[in-house]
Amino acid sequence: MTLIEIFEESISVLRTNKMRTALSTLGIIIGIGSVITLMTLGQASQQSVRSRIQSLGANLLTVRPGSSQQGFLFGGQGSNTTLRYEDALAIQNSQRVNTIDSVAAEYSSRTQISSDKGNTNASVAGIAGNYFELRNITLSVGSEITEEHNQITAKTAVLGPEISTELFGEGVNPVGETININGQAFSVIGVTKSKGGNLDDMIFVPLQTAQKILFGVSHVSTVYVGAKSEDGMEAARNQLGYLLLERHRKTSPEEADFSIFSQEDLLETASEVTATFTALLTGIAAISLIVGGIGIMNIMLVTVTERTTEIGLRKALGAKRKTIITQFLMESVVLTISGGIIGVSLGLIASHFLTKRFSLPSIISWESVGLAVIVSSVIGIVFGLYPAYKASKLQPIEALRYE
Amino acid sequence: MLEARNISKIYENGGVRTEALSDISFKVEKGEFIAIIGPSGSGKSTLMHILGALDLPTSGKYILNGRNVEATSDDVLAEIRNKEIGFIFQSFNLLPRMSALKNVLLPMAYAGVPKNQRLAKAKEVLKVVGLEDKMENAPNQLSGGQKQRVAIARALTMEPSILLADEPTGNLPSHQSDEIIDVFEGLNKKGHTIVIITHNESIAKKTKRIITLVDGKIVSDEPNI
Ligand SMILES: Nc1ncnc2c1ncn2[C@@H]1O[C@H](COP(=O)(O)OP(=O)(O)OP(=O)(O)O)[C@@H](O)[C@H]1O
Ligand SMILES: [Mg+2]
Repeated sequence: MTLIEIFEESISVLRTNKMRTALSTLGIIIGIGSVITLMTLGQASQQSVRSRIQSLGANLLTVRPGSSQQGFLFGGQGSNTTLRYEDALAIQNSQRVNTIDSVAAEYSSRTQISSDKGNTNASVAGIAGNYFELRNITLSVGSEITEEHNQITAKTAVLGPEISTELFGEGVNPVGETININGQAFSVIGVTKSKGGNLDDMIFVPLQTAQKILFGVSHVSTVYVGAKSEDGMEAARNQLGYLLLERHRKTSPEEADFSIFSQEDLLETASEVTATFTALLTGIAAISLIVGGIGIMNIMLVTVTERTTEIGLRKALGAKRKTIITQFLMESVVLTISGGIIGVSLGLIASHFLTKRFSLPSIISWESVGLAVIVSSVIGIVFGLYPAYKASKLQPIEALRYE
Repeated sequence: MLEARNISKIYENGGVRTEALSDISFKVEKGEFIAIIGPSGSGKSTLMHILGALDLPTSGKYILNGRNVEATSDDVLAEIRNKEIGFIFQSFNLLPRMSALKNVLLPMAYAGVPKNQRLAKAKEVLKVVGLEDKMENAPNQLSGGQKQRVAIARALTMEPSILLADEPTGNLPSHQSDEIIDVFEGLNKKGHTIVIITHNESIAKKTKRIITLVDGKIVSDEPNI
């Protein structure tokens, strides 16, 4: 008996009991469907995180206060006050650092903001240098904060679009209006274009204004450095790392009281987080696949018992053990693969709607589709093996006598 | 072609010992037409299962076409049942999902007969049993006699050297059982070796040799004149 004939037979068997066939594949459908959905969502959110970080600029190095543990790469965070605006200026003006283009500094802190129409709590960033350029921020209306504002500690503010909406309402141009930050009146000179994420929730003021008038500090929380080219990133990292070490009177990178990150580093950490999360959820969905497999095994055992006489007859007519095993394995594999295919389709439909709903990039992860089909056939074989083996072991005479 | 040498079959069920067959010896030659008769429980079916290589004797030897059956593996036995024996069961044992034709095709599928030869052969044997116009009927669309004739056709497809029938007319009204006996007589005339178990006197009369079993022993084995 050829495999095709056995396949045709199993189709006709499964057809005679449609309701049972449908119910027994349900577990596989749900399992495969949720694995597909979660894997697709995971990949989509990973891609969205990646493109968001990359939109910050591939040439960007970020310097933060806090000791590093491995060279200039990783470091502690928090309320370290070791980084100053002078550091940024030194990087900018150094003869030795020739791989960088531009520098910016930021000191940010959360505080209370209000206007005539509303009030909120937001992150206020004091900025200096080529901040907007380095962080790829453009204005939708008004003008930027300039070096001159910084010199005279001007009380000017550029609003993120979300904040603008919150304080002045949707579509209202706030330029020329006054807002209150920490009890000080600031005039709004511009609004940034939406970039998504927390940049939309920020208020930008001159660095000196933030340090001296608003928060009374003399350090900065971040220095941004733009390298001349992507290839020059490592050289730039080293040059400014050693420059800062020298300025901070440290002798070796192990003693560094600052850390330097590239977008690459951030990307890796973020990808790791989403990957772990996706793996976890997919693992849970995979458990439902095992439950589905047990359901298949159960129904196949029932089938074998019900068809004891048939098996006996087939053996009496000349079916070998291998043929019987193949027949029952074929039935369970056809069950799980058709469940798998339906599950894949439902999963793809579900992830299409979910990625839309959460405005993620819509992708079809073909590997996961291939994987699902392979996994479902493996489940069919693994969980169908015991019932099929049991069927093949029946002695023809015992099976024919069975009532 | 068949030879039973001192065959015994003992069943042990929860300490109860039943000697279904004891010390059975006989030979069947090519072209014979034999009836095995005897009271209920005398061991007829047990003997038939052993002759059909569906079961093994507890002791003694059973030789089928020169091969010692008990020394043969499961898969080789399956092949022997497929090619050398046609078994006709008391309760037809057709697969209910399949049409008469498909039931008849099954042994050829297991034998690996090329597909294009199968259909011709199946039609030929269905014609022998007079069912060429009912091929597409499912078993539940056939009368008892017709079902049994499908079973006979199925037993014939592989042109086995021997046909074994266990009360082939036991479940049938007399006019249908006459149909079946006519088929067997015709087949024997064509040269098939046939062994029939029966309770039915009139059937036994049509055979050429009658073996009588009582309590698992052969009490008489005589040609039928
Ligand atoms: N699997 C078994 N386990 C135990 N005893 C059995 C088994 N099969 C048959 N027997 C016993 O073996 C004896 C012979 O049974 P068998 O079926 O061969 O009788 P039979 O001659 O075919 O009877 P009938 O004419 O009623 O069909 C009976 O006593 C029966 O109870
Ligand atoms: Mg019997």
